[in-house]
Amino acid sequence: MWKLFQIELYKIFKRRRTYIAFIAIAALIAVVQLGLKVDGKEYAAFVMADLSNTLQISGNIINGYFVCYVILQLLLVHVPLLIALIAADMISGESNMGTLRLLLTKPISRTEFLLAKFFASTVYTVSLLVWMAILALFVSMWLFGTDDMFLLKNNYAVQIENADIFWRYIGAFCFAALAMTTVASLGFFLSQFSENSIGPIVATMSIIIICTILSTMSIPIFNIIKPYLFTTHMVAWKEFFDLKVNDANITIKGSIQHPEKIIQSATILLVHIVALITATIYFFNKKDILS
Amino acid sequence: MSNIITVTELSKQFKQITAVNQLSFSIEQGDVYGFLGQNGAGKSTTIRMLLSLIKPTTGNIEIFGLNLQSHRKKILQQVGSVIEKPDVYSYLSALQNLQLFAKLSGMQLTKKTLMQQLERVGLAQRANDTVKIFSQGMKQRLGIAIALVHNPTLIILDEPTNGLDPQGIADIRNLILHLSKEDKKTILVSSHLLTEIEQIASKVLIIDKGKKVIEGAASDLFDPSQTIVELSTIDNDAAWNWLLQSEWSKYLLKKSKASLSLKLNKIHIPQLNAALVKAELGVITIYPKNSLENYFLQVTSENQHVETFSN
Repeated sequence: MWKLFQIELYKIFKRRRTYIAFIAIAALIAVVQLGLKVDGKEYAAFVMADLSNTLQISGNIINGYFVCYVILQLLLVHVPLLIALIAADMISGESNMGTLRLLLTKPISRTEFLLAKFFASTVYTVSLLVWMAILALFVSMWLFGTDDMFLLKNNYAVQIENADIFWRYIGAFCFAALAMTTVASLGFFLSQFSENSIGPIVATMSIIIICTILSTMSIPIFNIIKPYLFTTHMVAWKEFFDLKVNDANITIKGSIQHPEKIIQSATILLVHIVALITATIYFFNKKDILS
Repeated sequence: MSNIITVTELSKQFKQITAVNQLSFSIEQGDVYGFLGQNGAGKSTTIRMLLSLIKPTTGNIEIFGLNLQSHRKKILQQVGSVIEKPDVYSYLSALQNLQLFAKLSGMQLTKKTLMQQLERVGLAQRANDTVKIFSQGMKQRLGIAIALVHNPTLIILDEPTNGLDPQGIADIRNLILHLSKEDKKTILVSSHLLTEIEQIASKVLIIDKGKKVIEGAASDLFDPSQTIVELSTIDNDAAWNWLLQSEWSKYLLKKSKASLSLKLNKIHIPQLNAALVKAELGVITIYPKNSLENYFLQVTSENQHVETFSN
């Protein structure tokens, strides 16, 4: 199993296609960083316009932590596409190349084969998020410096102390990795039904788009299914940046307002991953390899 | 000799289509077993079932005396295969592909050993080239190197000469003969090219529409004394009349507008040619038609089934 996993990783990172996602993320982050570096003050003034009469805000608002938050909000919607490019190709790509039949005539079980592939695609997913963290967080901290982070929520504002932010990003990136692994599992599941990669990639993205729309629409009929959709829970990383407040309405350092929401969302995402991988193993073990 | 493969009443149903129907056969140790049939006869489906790529609808497969379904991993450790096109990772080099599949087969081989394997199939000079620039013949040879890299006891080759030029076909044929005679491997090779099977197989199985038509020793099927010879001359009528008057009359079969047919031992063809030349009959073509080819076309176009003969 370990050997198989190493081989799968070797195959993923030997392909040029793998690096497209890394380049795309670097380019997108660079664009956002450049924009905020050049016009950050105007952007901050625009965002804070409604509060300028009630709040006196001083310091470096457009700091590295704030920039990273903006990048995460913008990019985490698009990263699933990049994940799907690899995950949805994991089985269908082998089928398309004709290597699937050769692999499955080797002395390895189909379950081992699938698990090795899934874990390798998970490593790819995590690598992508680590890369994103390096560029979005560390490079932004270096470019924009650090300070307290000021975030505007729907009907309130949150100020997080400089020293209380870093661990929240670690939590947010870990949660994002879980969310993206769910996307990878979906792509992986769909990958077994096709002999070319386009179908599963498009199908993965279509499902994500439909579920995202259902998750965000405030129509009562959809409220029944919303709690079960993985897309509803993919955005729970934001909970790391919501703090409890004391009686004086001052944020409590080191606190999270709704930790139970994070746990619940993580559990639902994990259930999705396990269900999708179990279903993949079940169907794939019954499949005749005709490619 | 002990059976390496024993297939009993094997069937595969794809919805309404019966691809393989109650097929039974056995392959003994050291055999080069030719698996013949027209396209769509069920050869590839059977081979894929032997390699556990397709699950049989009914029937039983035993390889090395073990049930394939319950001992799949153990059996596949001793099996090497090429199934139709030998597709490998086009973005990796020949050496990297070989190394990867050796690992998957449970072998940790040195670069020197891997290079020896590539040398064996004539790819040592191209070891570090990426496969995407390889010709079909080179890919086929790499596929065979991959099939052999873990020194398997049983080698299964499904249409191994597909897409090869004449030299490539000859190379594969020689390699199969070498593996059989020198390395004492048991080989199952499928083809729709009868001439290929004739030159390498010790036993032959012909299937048609998923059913066994005939199984037996190749020497019995490829009987040189029963060779059909097609002959054409400048004047076929004159040639026919001359042959009727000669000692060759007993071999005459039929006359058509384009050619004459005779049935005789292959070794007498040069004498026949010399006699025709001496009689100044203007020989244009004279060639032997494979006896199996005649037989094959006959049995696969009729719908008869299961006629087993012994050596």
